[in-house]
Amino acid sequence: MQNKIAKNSQLSRRNFIKISGLVGGGLMLGNPLQTLAASGEVSAGTLEHSELNAYVQIKPDGSILIYSGSPEMGQGIKTSLPMIVAEEMGAAWNDVVVEQTPEVDTEKYGRQSTGGSYTVFLNWNLMREMGASAREMLIGAAAEIMELPRTELKTEDSRVKHLYSNRSRTFAELATLAAKQPVPDKTTLTFREREDYRILGTSKSQVDSLEIVTGQGDYGIDTRVPDMLYGSYTKCPAVGGTLVSANLEDVKKMPGVVDAYIIKGNGDVRELLDGVGIVGTSTWAVFNARKALQIEWDESDASKDNWDEFVAFAKEQSNTGDAVLFETGELESAIDADNNSVISSFYEYPYLTHLCLEPMNCTADYRSGRSGNKDHLEVWLPTQSGPRFQTLAKNRYGLEAEQLTTHVKRMGGSFGRRTSGEYICEAIELSKLSGRPVKLTWSREDSIQHDFFREGGFCRVRGAITPEGKLAGWEEHTIGVKVGGKPSRFTGVRKNSFPLNTAANARGSLTTYAMDTPVGPWRAPFSNTHAFASQCFIDELAHAAGRDHLEFLLEMMGEPRWLKDQDIRAMNTGRASGVIKLAAEKAGWGKTMQKGHGLGLAFYFCHAAHVAEVAHVSVTDDNKVTVHRVTTAVDVGPIINMSGALNQVQGSIMDGYSAMAGQKITMRDGRIQETNLDQYPVLRIGAAPEVDVHFIQSDFSPTGLGEPALPPLAPAVANAMFRATGKRVRTMPLADLGYSV
Amino acid sequence: MAAIKVNINDKTHTIEASEDMPLLWAIRDIVGLTGTKFGCGIGQCGACTVHLNGKPVRSCLLPVGALDGQSVTTIEGLADAAGLHPLQQTWIDQDVAQCGYCQTGQIMSAAALLAENSKPSDADIDAAMAGNYCRCGTYIRIRQAVHTAALAINAAGK
Ligand code: FES
Ligand code: FES
Repeated sequence: MQNKIAKNSQLSRRNFIKISGLVGGGLMLGNPLQTLAASGEVSAGTLEHSELNAYVQIKPDGSILIYSGSPEMGQGIKTSLPMIVAEEMGAAWNDVVVEQTPEVDTEKYGRQSTGGSYTVFLNWNLMREMGASAREMLIGAAAEIMELPRTELKTEDSRVKHLYSNRSRTFAELATLAAKQPVPDKTTLTFREREDYRILGTSKSQVDSLEIVTGQGDYGIDTRVPDMLYGSYTKCPAVGGTLVSANLEDVKKMPGVVDAYIIKGNGDVRELLDGVGIVGTSTWAVFNARKALQIEWDESDASKDNWDEFVAFAKEQSNTGDAVLFETGELESAIDADNNSVISSFYEYPYLTHLCLEPMNCTADYRSGRSGNKDHLEVWLPTQSGPRFQTLAKNRYGLEAEQLTTHVKRMGGSFGRRTSGEYICEAIELSKLSGRPVKLTWSREDSIQHDFFREGGFCRVRGAITPEGKLAGWEEHTIGVKVGGKPSRFTGVRKNSFPLNTAANARGSLTTYAMDTPVGPWRAPFSNTHAFASQCFIDELAHAAGRDHLEFLLEMMGEPRWLKDQDIRAMNTGRASGVIKLAAEKAGWGKTMQKGHGLGLAFYFCHAAHVAEVAHVSVTDDNKVTVHRVTTAVDVGPIINMSGALNQVQGSIMDGYSAMAGQKITMRDGRIQETNLDQYPVLRIGAAPEVDVHFIQSDFSPTGLGEPALPPLAPAVANAMFRATGKRVRTMPLADLGYSV
Repeated sequence: MAAIKVNINDKTHTIEASEDMPLLWAIRDIVGLTGTKFGCGIGQCGACTVHLNGKPVRSCLLPVGALDGQSVTTIEGLADAAGLHPLQQTWIDQDVAQCGYCQTGQIMSAAALLAENSKPSDADIDAAMAGNYCRCGTYIRIRQAVHTAALAINAAGK
């Protein structure tokens, strides 16, 4: 019952590259030293500009190595960025082998970070330049060998071909000479026209698919290095507690334990908090030893957070918050006008944990310098940003780039989580203390309890409508958290968010409540809660005005215009209307639904993406909710990898639904109450709706899709539930309202 | 400490470990096969799924001491000399994975299902795969890929 290993050839090429290294015969783009010394050793770090970079090598066997500089966390970037390079080069995708850039060096490789769904946008030009530059050098080499003018040559299928005859040369035949060509001036580079694309816009399986399905995936948690110990780190369950004492002697007697340490931190939750580190001969040994661990904490300065108290505080707030952050037009007159009607609703959304399926981990090998040599730190690190680790290593440990070896590992999910430094520092401390490489692994319970959570919060939205049923005024009052005295980055009011960005009379205000529970970015931060409140309320207003939601929404968009010209972070009302109309049409908006069923619509703009979703939902008499189908229209410009793009939309919808259905993190007396998956329900395969995706491939720059399909899901489902039941959903998760999924 | 003999992927391993060490950690840390993943440690996520005497089990809950003389198959043992298991090939062809971390467990659960039921319905798949969580939400593709692999297996006449 077995098939042949179809990608066998790719595997062997990969091995070849590992064996042959980077030496000789290759085309190293953008490194003048290298191309001059075409057969010499590679010397790194000698480049002046990021755009003169070594992203492409051609091997004598015809395989083409393209580096991916951006960390891979499931968003597909390790496949999509090299597709751009390959397209411009004229490479055949089957010849391409992709590897993560072998070192962190932003001067050489550019950004090497990922997040905010901006990675495609920010690398689009650089990747095209890398590909186009390689293409020009190959054509230059072919022109010499074939004695033809450059203008009569093109690249295709990993060959340089003569336009007017059958003559051609393979990239492999040309590689050595191409490497000696002058590196083209980037201002002279031209890019392919979209209609000529052969790779971009098609579906490519992820470059690591074979490794993933055979268990050879290169995740941080799988790191094994010689002489390595396994580590765990136990912190105070209430964040900010300091360690008084611990029974290390009992712990050291547990099976497989090599040593245990009391570690004093610097009080910075993103670097190092007090804790007990244990190192041993297996992960289980150090997890098991924690059962014997007793720690006395001083919790006088620790978190005393209570979710219930935050809720009680929020419910007492009035229409306008303490700080008015933004005001346009004349909101008060719109609200006070005698003929206008005014409605107001209060929305609630909980804290969420990241729940990356790969628990937090890091492997560190800190080697103290001996006999005049400097210290050296090598890490195997799941992170969204290698450069950020370098900054941490310099600031905290005084280590310069040349004292670091950084292996950026594929991540088993991140969603904004792997951007902090504490799991790195904990591993480093354990390695320093034990004098051995240590793989630190957090348990699932650690990973939930010590997360940087998606913050919970509340939003009161008030709207005025004219007697003709038009929107007259819009007010948002967010009740969010401040942590360490500062309002969270993801709370409050954003002037460029819809509909504050278009409403003629609008006000946004903020009231903050002090919480110590750490918060951080969680897939589509800010938008994942703001979309719920704002896009549900648009439906409420339309309903109050006796209008159709679709028609009301399109009227709010008004004439097609880019709210800030050429700024992809600004909404374009024409693109917005385009996706709204398309999703509505494909979903059969307006059709008669059977009893207990409803369609709900929501649009949102974030991460430079315009996305509209229509959910078909049914609710039974005993409150069982089923999402049958989600019809989605997306405009992120041209699609790079069709399979990857669809995957991100399908996944975001599932993720948004799972969070909406039952997920909620609460805290009592500073302690996170939910410890593991048995208390934090996640949706399983049986709940997966059909997802129907339509892309509008407009001519704007391509932008990313890791996040923006998530925010519209919750309001689309909530609006559909109203159609099905007549009852509004203003609280997440649905489980809190007595619904089950 | 005990020396426990377990047959893993058709090879006998003598595992020196405490008897109460879960099989998951014995496989990963002692035997050195890291395709079996740690997700929750409490039997809820399915990332650690392996076959014990042909049946899918959560290796994070199974003390290795209870397995003396038993046979375990991990993801590394699913392909054989003839090549990939049809599920693995379909997973590649249909680009099922996102982060990929859950997928070895998903494939092991699906392989156990197909060994029992060569023509599973959507409901059969949903029931057999309910113990495997995917944070990235690849369920739609998993369902489709299981159907495709089932067809491939049936077409191959087995
Ligand atoms: S790790 Fe075993 S079920 Fe989650
Ligand atoms: S692919 Fe990421 S958890 Fe399933």
